[in-house]
Formats: sequence, structure tokens, C-alpha cells
Amino acid sequence: MVLNSIEKLLEKYDNCETSLKEEQKLKAYFAQEEVAPHLESYRVMFQYFNNTKQELYTKDVPLKPRRNYIYQWISVAAVAVLMFSVFTQINKPVEPTQEQLLAYNQTMEALNLVSSKFNQGTQQMGAFNLVSSNLNKGTESMAYVGEFGKTTNKIFKNK
Amino acid sequence: MTQTDFVKLVMPFKDKVFRLAKRLLVSKEEAEDATQEILMKLWNNKQKIAEYKNVEAFSMTMTKNFCLDRLKSKQAQNLKIVHSNYQDNNTSLQKQVEANDSVDWVSKIIEELPEQQKIILQLRDIEEYDFEEIAKMLDMNETAIRVSLSRARKTIREKLTNTHSYGIK
Repeated sequence: MVLNSIEKLLEKYDNCETSLKEEQKLKAYFAQEEVAPHLESYRVMFQYFNNTKQELYTKDVPLKPRRNYIYQWISVAAVAVLMFSVFTQINKPVEPTQEQLLAYNQTMEALNLVSSKFNQGTQQMGAFNLVSSNLNKGTESMAYVGEFGKTTNKIFKNK
Repeated sequence: MTQTDFVKLVMPFKDKVFRLAKRLLVSKEEAEDATQEILMKLWNNKQKIAEYKNVEAFSMTMTKNFCLDRLKSKQAQNLKIVHSNYQDNNTSLQKQVEANDSVDWVSKIIEELPEQQKIILQLRDIEEYDFEEIAKMLDMNETAIRVSLSRARKTIREKLTNTHSYGIK
């Protein structure tokens, strides 16, 4: 009786007309060790299905929360901006103030004055130069005097 | 969405994703990688998860597409060769499964089925989804699914009967 209904179910099963419930019935039937010998091939099949269903996925999946990289990039950008501003601050040419300019101009004027007077002084120094050159001429002529003296000495010694 | 929420959401079907991936990619390691990839994709798009009507069905579709892509890619073709005689004796469950020789045949027979039939058989006979759900996941109509599934079931049984009665294979 049971076998009859099972065989009917199997026929439906082969044609894919069984519902899930009916298939479960079949599975339950073939889960037992002893079945009619001509249904042995079905038993093997259903046993395989049952066994396979017990296979589990045991590996761990590394679930890393997705990191927000945008914050890192913002910090990088901030550092860059900071460095740039510091760099420009240091390298900026110092603008002289009005007072400093005034003082600078005044000293320049004074120095100019000094230098112009200095040149006048050198003109007077030119006179000294003339004197010194004449002095040298004088010493040259003195050399003649010296020469003269030598000859006179000779004369005196000869006497 | 926090990690715990996500894990709670994913828990019920992550094994199904894994099994479908394994059905298509054969190798356990490949399937694990695929599952991880799928879950990571879901996690990275967690803002959009609320918009999905059925996260599970969506994930299964994703898995199917991902695995088919993997099979098409060159890398997987190499892997196919490497794993054609692949045997994993690590898990006790695997041993349990393989202890029964004829049960192991079933997996070999299923391996030889066309991809489409593999997927449908996996979804229906192992994960026990409604035809309606499967139709949505695979973007096919139910009749086509039924036909395909019926073919797959008949092929498996035919081959099994052959091995049983003549001892070939």
C-alpha cells in the first residue's frame, strides 16, 4: 500500500509534478535503510540530497566596516594648506614703513654730503701730492749736491 | 546596518550559497572563495540591501552568475583540470559522504550534467525552493525549469540504474 503510493509519487517526481511536501515525503521514505530493491537507485539519490544538505560553510568572512577615506584626505589637504601658508608667511618681503623710509633717505642724504666733501678734500690732497713729487725732485737735486760734495772731498784729500 | 545585523541576515542562506557554488565549481576551496566573495559584495552594498525584495533569492542569483563567470574565465579552466580528480578527505562529513560509494556516484553523475540542470537540481532537490522562487532566481519560466529538472532527474536515475545493474563505471 505504502509502496504503491510511493511509486505513484515517484512517477510524478520524475515528471516534476510533485510539490515540495510530496518530495519531503519521498525523502522521508528513502531515508530508511530498507527500501524495495527496484527503488534502490532512488534511495541513493535521495540519500545524496540529504547528505549534501548538511554541508555547511564554515569559513569566516572578514567583514571590515568600510572606512571613510575622505577624512584622511581632508587632513592631508589641511596639512598641505598649513605648510603652504607658513611658507609664504616666512618668505614674504618685509615692506618698510614710512618712518623707516624717511630715516633711510635722510642718512643717504647725509652720506652723500659727506662723500661730496670727501672729494673736495682729495683735491686738496692733490696739492700735497704735488708737493711730495717736488720734494722728490728736491732730493734728486740734493743727490747732485752729494755728488758735488764727494768730488770736493776728493780734492781736499788730494791736497 | 551593523555587522551583527548583517550576519543575522546572511546566516540562513550562506550555506545554500556555498553549496550552490560547490555544485558548480566542484572544488571546496573555490566554493569557499566564491561564497566569501558573494558575502563581501553584499556587505559592501549594505546600504542597498533594504531595497532588495528578497535578499536570499538575490544572493542565489548572484552566486549563480558569479560561478558561471568563474567557469568561463581562463583561471577557472586551469582549475578545472587541476580539480578534475580532486578529492578532499579533510572533513569527516566528506568521508561520511564518500563512505557510501553509490552516493558518491550521484555527485559524479551530477557533475556531468549541463550547468543549467545542475543549478536547477541543486536549488530544487537539495535546497528545496519553490519553482516560483527558482524561476525568479534564474530568470526563466517555470515550465522550462520543470522540463530541465525532469531531464536531470531522469539522467541521474538512468545512470544510477546502469551502475547498479551492470556494475559499469
